[in-house]
Amino acid sequence: MPAVIEVQHLHKSYGKTVAVDDISFAVEQGEIFGILGPNGAGKSTTVECIEGLRTPDRGQITVLGLDPQRDRAELTQQLGVQLQDSQLPDQLRVAEALELYSAFYRAPADWRELMDLLGLAGKANTRFGKLSGGQKQRLSIALALVGSPQVAVLDELTTGLDPQARRDTWELIEGVRSRGVTIVLVTHFMEEAERLCDRVALIDAGRVVVVDSPAALAEQAEAEQRIQFRPSVPFDDGLLTVLPDVTNVIHRGDVVVVTGNNNALNAVTSVLARHQIVAHQLRVEQGSLEDAFLTLTGRHDGARPRAGQN
Amino acid sequence: MSVMTAPPPTATRGSALGRLTLTELKLFTRGRALVGMLLTVAVPLLLLIIFGSIRSFNRPVKVYGGLTVLDVYVPILLAFSVALLSLLTIPPALAGYREMGVLRRLQTTPAGPVRVLTAQLAVKFGAAAVTVIVILAVARIGYGVAWPRELAGFAVAGLLTAAALMAIGLFIAAVAPTGNVARGIGAIAFYPMMFFAGLWLPIPNMPRVLQHISHATPLGAAVPALQNATLGHWPTSLQLLTLAAYAVAFGLAAARLFRWE
Repeated sequence: MPAVIEVQHLHKSYGKTVAVDDISFAVEQGEIFGILGPNGAGKSTTVECIEGLRTPDRGQITVLGLDPQRDRAELTQQLGVQLQDSQLPDQLRVAEALELYSAFYRAPADWRELMDLLGLAGKANTRFGKLSGGQKQRLSIALALVGSPQVAVLDELTTGLDPQARRDTWELIEGVRSRGVTIVLVTHFMEEAERLCDRVALIDAGRVVVVDSPAALAEQAEAEQRIQFRPSVPFDDGLLTVLPDVTNVIHRGDVVVVTGNNNALNAVTSVLARHQIVAHQLRVEQGSLEDAFLTLTGRHDGARPRAGQN
Repeated sequence: MSVMTAPPPTATRGSALGRLTLTELKLFTRGRALVGMLLTVAVPLLLLIIFGSIRSFNRPVKVYGGLTVLDVYVPILLAFSVALLSLLTIPPALAGYREMGVLRRLQTTPAGPVRVLTAQLAVKFGAAAVTVIVILAVARIGYGVAWPRELAGFAVAGLLTAAALMAIGLFIAAVAPTGNVARGIGAIAFYPMMFFAGLWLPIPNMPRVLQHISHATPLGAAVPALQNATLGHWPTSLQLLTLAAYAVAFGLAAARLFRWE
């Protein structure tokens, strides 16, 4: 089956700043595809080119077989977009906005049902200016979906939402995907990408670093394992640093933090047992997408070279 | 492969533009916009009442073919309200929409931002028409002001005046970076224009130089055109051409320069 979205050798600069250098990827039907990267990486520019809001300098983009620039009219019928930071007139009521937008599409969804689904039914007559941040975000998602699109692009979906609202939104997106909509999710939250995405494109400084599933990426980077504990008696760090599976030992107060590869836990506990040191409050953290990202982009914590403006 | 079930059969689906116009109309009657609308009608009416109470304004004047000063002053009030709408309400509304991201959002929908501009202009034009009718009616009923003797000429001049002023309003919205700047530019344009319309000093009483400048401004052409029609003559071609030129020039410039974000 042909890919729903194909991006090939996309290049876009603003004056002297190169926002997108050479980005290529394909999005398959029915998946949730993440575009992950730090601020300024070129994520928003890339999706704006996909949406047809910006004209690329070089490269080719196809969405559902359509050209975002030439076939704008048809594409807008099939592509729903939730924009970061986009407002509506303050005085416009929720139900009015949904009714208005549904009049734009050939085959709109039932906006009342959509309003219920997004938990906005109680706010049907509330003016946009009086909605909370979470409610505005939900309305934004509803407006992106009101046209029954085949593809939805969601940009920074949960920025500014409280943790509960964030989780509710994640559940909602999973529900949307299960109805057959292909979703492109732009985010800088590792946790969000790990939770929602089938595949993720890591983007940094205008280039694609890698495209794979979140789990595979974490594994691929030989992600670190972090072991924390309070030792029953103090000991020499050398006991642990000599182990080949251990890369680093630091102390945070009386907590010892050992980093190493996936075999580290075994090695560390063996050594501690041999020396009759009990590890209290032992905690193990598995390598995460965040670690993979930092490793793959060759970054060290705290040292972030400034990329071009987004 | 739709997200939800199909809409119920009773759902009404007007055209995108129709819905947008209805929405713009609703928004125009809420909050701050409502205040703007009321001012557009209230201020000219107030001036009408004030001047209508001045006895000398109500005496027939021979050079006006028997019409009174008030009769000939009404066109200035009409120009005032159309200018108020076009220069003080259109630019901040549209530039504000751009600033908020409303236009950008519409770019991702089939409706597109051009339609919302059209809807906004349609609503403002309707408001202008209503205001003109109200002022004329109050003037006729309250102060015995005559209907324009050359009605067709009056209508043509009126339409061209609205077109010219709205094109200027659109142009200001196109170039102003924010809603507040748009409001400011509109105000700066409004007062000189009203001066040259003869609001404070009738055009015939102006020094020669100012009269020439006046005739080159949109309202300086519009007011004499409307006054001509009031007296029973067609507006001159020069007046109508001046208005048309403003409409076309500013309209094209706005179309070329308008940014959606």
